[in-house]
Amino acid sequence: MYAQMVKSEATQDDPEALAAFQARIDAGEKIEPKEWMPEGYRKTLIRQIGQHAHSEIVGQLPEGNWITRAPTLERKAILLAKVQDEAGHGLYLYCAAETLGVSRDELTEALLAGKMKYSSIFNYPTLTWADIGAVGWLVDGAAIMNQVPLQRTSFGPYSRAMIRICKEESFHQRQGFDIMRKMANGTKAQRHMAQDALNRFWYPSLMMFGPSDKDSVHSAQSMAWKIKMNTNDELRQKFVDQTVPQAEYLGLTVPDPDLRWNAEKGGYDFSEPDWTEFFEVLKGNGPCNAERLAARQKAWDDGAWVRDGLMAHAAKQRSAPIAAE
Amino acid sequence: MSAEWPLWEIFIRGQHGLNHRHVGSLHAPDAELAMRHARDVYTRRNEGVSIWVVPSSAITASSPSEKGPMFEPSQDKVYRHPSFFDIPDEIGHM
Amino acid sequence: MGAVVDMDAALFAGLCRLGDSTLVLGHRVSEWCGHAPVLEEDIALANTALDLIGQTQMWLGLAGEMEGKARNADALAFHRDVWEFRNLLLVERPNGDFGHTLMRQFLFDAWHQPMLTGLAQSRDARVAEIAAKAGKEVAYHLERSADLVIRLGDGSDESHARMQVALDTLWPYTGEMMTPDATDTALADAGIMPDLVGLQATWDGLVRDVLAEATLAIPDGGFMHKGGKQGQHSEHLGHMLATMQFLPRAYPDATW
Repeated sequence: MYAQMVKSEATQDDPEALAAFQARIDAGEKIEPKEWMPEGYRKTLIRQIGQHAHSEIVGQLPEGNWITRAPTLERKAILLAKVQDEAGHGLYLYCAAETLGVSRDELTEALLAGKMKYSSIFNYPTLTWADIGAVGWLVDGAAIMNQVPLQRTSFGPYSRAMIRICKEESFHQRQGFDIMRKMANGTKAQRHMAQDALNRFWYPSLMMFGPSDKDSVHSAQSMAWKIKMNTNDELRQKFVDQTVPQAEYLGLTVPDPDLRWNAEKGGYDFSEPDWTEFFEVLKGNGPCNAERLAARQKAWDDGAWVRDGLMAHAAKQRSAPIAAE
Repeated sequence: MSAEWPLWEIFIRGQHGLNHRHVGSLHAPDAELAMRHARDVYTRRNEGVSIWVVPSSAITASSPSEKGPMFEPSQDKVYRHPSFFDIPDEIGHM
Repeated sequence: MGAVVDMDAALFAGLCRLGDSTLVLGHRVSEWCGHAPVLEEDIALANTALDLIGQTQMWLGLAGEMEGKARNADALAFHRDVWEFRNLLLVERPNGDFGHTLMRQFLFDAWHQPMLTGLAQSRDARVAEIAAKAGKEVAYHLERSADLVIRLGDGSDESHARMQVALDTLWPYTGEMMTPDATDTALADAGIMPDLVGLQATWDGLVRDVLAEATLAIPDGGFMHKGGKQGQHSEHLGHMLATMQFLPRAYPDATW
């Protein structure tokens, strides 16, 4: 889940217009950019889609950390293609946000200024090759849980971006699981790395869904607007129920002594992650927050002359024929 | 810092014989670069045989507030659709 | 010289020269992933790197196959040391700024494209087949890098200055591409690979046209570095290999 704790904006619109808008959403209609929408809907979407886009872009970094160290040519190509997809997904999402009247550069600057967030998960380091497996298996797995229902979200451009993204992402989780399978069935050192990766990524993956929001006013509004499709707890439960049997198949141990199948609810009981840690990571105190933002800042600053230079050339070309006449 | 790269709308013909379809947008300083970016961004999975790029600013869109007058008049012209007419079974396909 | 050249050894070396150059350049370009000046370029650079890695798999795959010592492309990529690498010095130059990366790509593409056109006519069908496939990819690389060199050379004052610095820095690494040694000559004589001297005119014409349009000045002085093709590299390659080969070297009994 790449958008966490998105605060919905209060809206002060005409109640009649609001009711008509809600009726359209309830009827399953898509809202398109130039149509009337409550200010709160627009602002919440900008924040959510922007955060989602930022997560894709910052999410390139932990996996990109291993592109130069991938152990075979094929693994290198697969990983590069996957991380490239994330750049593409960020691009699609920024475009969806732009239809709401904010520019990509504005969103980028808000990210770099620390005014917009990205998913907490990308502030954890990738220390061994097994982490690349764990990121694909767990992090993409968690993201897909959230993104599949978002294909039905009420805002047209967001929905269409999610459809494209889900189609392209279908190989991402599989490649992660495939790496984990090789590692879990490999040498003693590989098995150790696989278990260690699961140990380190399990709770941060559970945090991706955000703290329980069953009583949250913000979530209720976002769910009514169909820009949030499930509660955080629903998605987290679904993720655990899906992932535990996969870990068992791999012969790995989920690092939770209290994990039990609960026949009554038809799902696993499991331990909550450390929410204090989660809030510290969001505040900027995760293991890699500083490095991640510094990398994005450097790319932005170092790239300025390229972006400007290409614009300058295009401007010259446009004016050239006129100057010649 | 100079201005942001303008936005372009990308249309791709997926297969020979089909219409170009809007697939998304991207940023580029001019049409040639928009074309190349479109190739790199939107045909990574062999999705197309032809690309159109259009400056987003060049698109004139129908106004949502005029949706009623614009589209509803066609709703009652049901005789434009073949299913309006009954054809006897013995005539077969028409 | 003048001694009888072992054709199998020559072909193995020739294939490694191609595959090592695409490997090293593909690796360098992949270092940009997540760090490019703009998202559209990030995606485009990754496409180039993916093409080059794919070509590496084919060239080194064929090298291993014809060597007959049970070494596949991965064994050649990950279990040889610097002195066994046969890539051009140009491609191991560090990325530097985007201008250096782009100029390195263009100077290489302007050689790579006609080289592949020649290789597609190879008397060795396996070589011709790989070259035909790679040729389509590289034609696009060249179109892209040439166009960007023109745009940034003839862009802003800063982009012009940076592109000129990149050209001045990289120029002395270009001579090696068109300077044949005994291996190149033997392969050319056998009709397996093109005559490198013959590529010079094509490369010159292309590079001069593009640089002129880019308003960039070709550096004076004819000094050219050499040695990459014979396994004498810069210090940069060792560091690159230390990174790239770490896992298979640290865990030689593992499969991935």
